[in-house]
Amino acid sequence: MTTLLEFKDVDVHYGPIQALKKVSLDVKEGEIATMIGSNGAGKSTLLMSIFGQPRISSGQIIYRGEDISQKSAHYVASNGLAQSPEGRRIFPGMSVEENLLMGTIPIGMEHCDEDMQRMFELFPRLKERRNQRASTMSGGEQQMLAIARALMSRPKLLLLDEPSLGLAPIIVKQIFKILEDVASTGMTIFLVEQNANHALKLADRGYVMVNGEIRLTGTGEELLVNPEVREAYLGGH
Amino acid sequence: MSQQTNGISIAAAVKDTIIAGLLALIVFGPVVGVLLDGYEFNLRAGDVASIVAVVMAGRFALSVFSQTEFGKAFLYRQSTKDDGVVVTAPDYKSKMRFIIPLVIVIGLIAPFIASKYVLTIVILGLIYVLLGLGLNIVVGLAGLLDLGFVGFYAIGAYGLALGYENLGLGFWSMLPLAAIMAAISGAILGFPVLRMHGDYLAIVTLGFGEIIRLVLTNWTEFTHGPNGVSAPLPTLFGLEFKRRSKEGTPFHEFFGLPYDSAYKYIFIYLILFLVVLAVLYVKHRLTRMPIGRAWEALREDEIACRSLGLNHVLVKLSAFMLGASTGGLAGVFFATYQGFVNPSSFTFFESALILAIVVLGGMGSTVGVVIAAFVLTVLPEMLREFADYRVLMFGILMVVMMIWKPRGLVRVTRTGFATRKGTVK
Repeated sequence: MTTLLEFKDVDVHYGPIQALKKVSLDVKEGEIATMIGSNGAGKSTLLMSIFGQPRISSGQIIYRGEDISQKSAHYVASNGLAQSPEGRRIFPGMSVEENLLMGTIPIGMEHCDEDMQRMFELFPRLKERRNQRASTMSGGEQQMLAIARALMSRPKLLLLDEPSLGLAPIIVKQIFKILEDVASTGMTIFLVEQNANHALKLADRGYVMVNGEIRLTGTGEELLVNPEVREAYLGGH
Repeated sequence: MSQQTNGISIAAAVKDTIIAGLLALIVFGPVVGVLLDGYEFNLRAGDVASIVAVVMAGRFALSVFSQTEFGKAFLYRQSTKDDGVVVTAPDYKSKMRFIIPLVIVIGLIAPFIASKYVLTIVILGLIYVLLGLGLNIVVGLAGLLDLGFVGFYAIGAYGLALGYENLGLGFWSMLPLAAIMAAISGAILGFPVLRMHGDYLAIVTLGFGEIIRLVLTNWTEFTHGPNGVSAPLPTLFGLEFKRRSKEGTPFHEFFGLPYDSAYKYIFIYLILFLVVLAVLYVKHRLTRMPIGRAWEALREDEIACRSLGLNHVLVKLSAFMLGASTGGLAGVFFATYQGFVNPSSFTFFESALILAIVVLGGMGSTVGVVIAAFVLTVLPEMLREFADYRVLMFGILMVVMMIWKPRGLVRVTRTGFATRKGTVK
C-alpha cells in the first residue's frame, strides 16, 4: 500500500503555545486510520493544519509526494482532500441539495447528478429531506449531510473531525456503520475522534495523541486491548 | 357567552374593541381632550370621543377580519417567523414572470405621461434601487456589513464630474469607466478587510466612506472642496439637451421641437431604467450561478467554505467589486441628474439609508430591495410637510420591521437545485 498522506515532524504553535510537538504519522491508501485523544490534545489542530489553518511552524505535510504545508486551503481541497469539519458546519440556510452542490466546488458540476444520486443511496434520510433547509434537521442528519457534502468532491482521502460530536449513542452507531460502508467502496479515511471505542473498532490503524504528541500507535485491535488506552479512554474495564 | 356565527366570535371582538377603546382614551384623552386657553383649559370631550370611536371601530373590524377564513390565512402568511430562505422546487414558475413585462412596459411609457416633478422623484428612486442592489450583493448575499458604501457612490459621481472637467470625458465614456474605478476601489478596500468580520468590518468600511468624503472636501485644488463640481448631461448620439449648444445643434432644434427642460430628465430616466433592468438581470443570473451560491455560503459559514475549497479571497473580492461597481454606476447617474456634485451629498446618512433599503427590503431579496428603495425615497417626497420627522419615521419603520418582519418585506426564495441543460447524465 502506498502512503497517501504523511506528517513529518510537524510542529504547530498558537503564539507561544505549542499545540503539536513533532507529530509524525502516515495514512496509507485504502485504509481507515484514526487519531484518538482527549479534549485539547491537538486533534482538530492536526486536521486543520493540513489546510494551512494554522500554518505549521516546522516539519512537512506530504500528500501524494508533494509538500502541501504551505499551500492554500482551496488548493488542498481541490486536490482530493475533503474534510467534514468539527461541529459539522453545514450551511444552515441552504437546502440539503444546495449543501451537496457546494461540495462539488473543487471538481465542478460535471458529476453532480450522478454523485447526488449516490449520496441519496448512501444516506436515504437526506433524500427525504432534499429540499429542506439544513438547519431544520436533527444533529445526526446534519452530520450525514456534512459527510455527504465532503464526499461530493470525489476525494481520495476523507478527513473526518469528530463525527460523533454531540450525537446520541444510537445515531453514533449509525454514522459509524455508514463510514464502514464508505470505506468498503475503497475510500481512504482519516478519522479524528474522542469516541475511542467506536473509532478503534472501525479503524485499521490508530494513533493516540496526548498533549500534542503521539503517545501510541498500533492496529485498531492492539490499541483496543492496550491497558493504557483502556485506562484513559475506555473507562478502565 | 360567546356568540358563534360562522366561526366568528363576536364576544372576543367586542372585548378587543373595548380594550383598544380604553387605550385610545388613555393616550388621546390628555393630549387631545384638554386644550389650554391662557390660564384656563377647555375640555374637548367631543374630539376625544370621535377619535376613540374611530379606533374602536377599526379594532372591531380588524378583530372580525382576523377571524374570517381569509383573515386567518393572511395572518398565518404574515406570522411565519421561520427564518432563512425558502427553497422552491426547480420547476417552480414565479408569478413574477407576468408582472415583469408589465412593469417594463409601464416603465417605458411612464416618462412621456408623468410630470417633470414625478419623473425626477422616480429617477432618484431608481438611483437608490441601483445603490440598494449594489449593497445587497455585499451585505445581503455575501454577509459583509459595509457601512461605507456611499464612498463608491461618491467615486462614481465625482468620476463623471472630474473626468469631464479634466479629461473632457462625457457621460457615455464615464459610465463604464466609473464602474471600473469604483470596482478597483472596492478591491482596494476589500484586500485589507479580508480577515475581518462583523463589527470590525463595519468600522473599517465606515472609515473608508468617511475618508472618501473628507478627501473630496479638503483636496480643494482637485475637487474644489465644498464648492463642488458641475457634471455634464448625457448626449444622444452627440445631441445635447441644453437650450443652446456651443458645438452642434441641441436635441430640440434637431428634431424641430420647442425647448423643454423635461427632455433631459426623460432621457436620463430611460437610460437609467435600462441600466437598472440590466443590473437586475445580471444580479438575477449571478445568484443562480456558482459565484452567487458561493457568496451565500460565505455568509453562512466561512470555515466550511474554506474546507470545501472555496477561494474565499476571490469570493469576497468579487462581492466587494461587483457591489462597488453598481454603486459607481448609481453615482454617475446621480451626478448627471443633479448636474452638480459636492461632498455634502455623500455623508454617512446616505450609507445608512442604503443599508436601510437593503435591510427593509429583505437581505438578499432583489424584489424587496426595489420596493424598499422606492418606499424610502418616494415617501419622504410625498410627506414633505413632515420633513423634520423623516429620520424619526425611518427609525420607527425599522423598529416595527425588525419586530414583525425581521427578514424584510420580501422573503428570499431560491429555486431548488436542477442540473443545467446539457450536462452529461
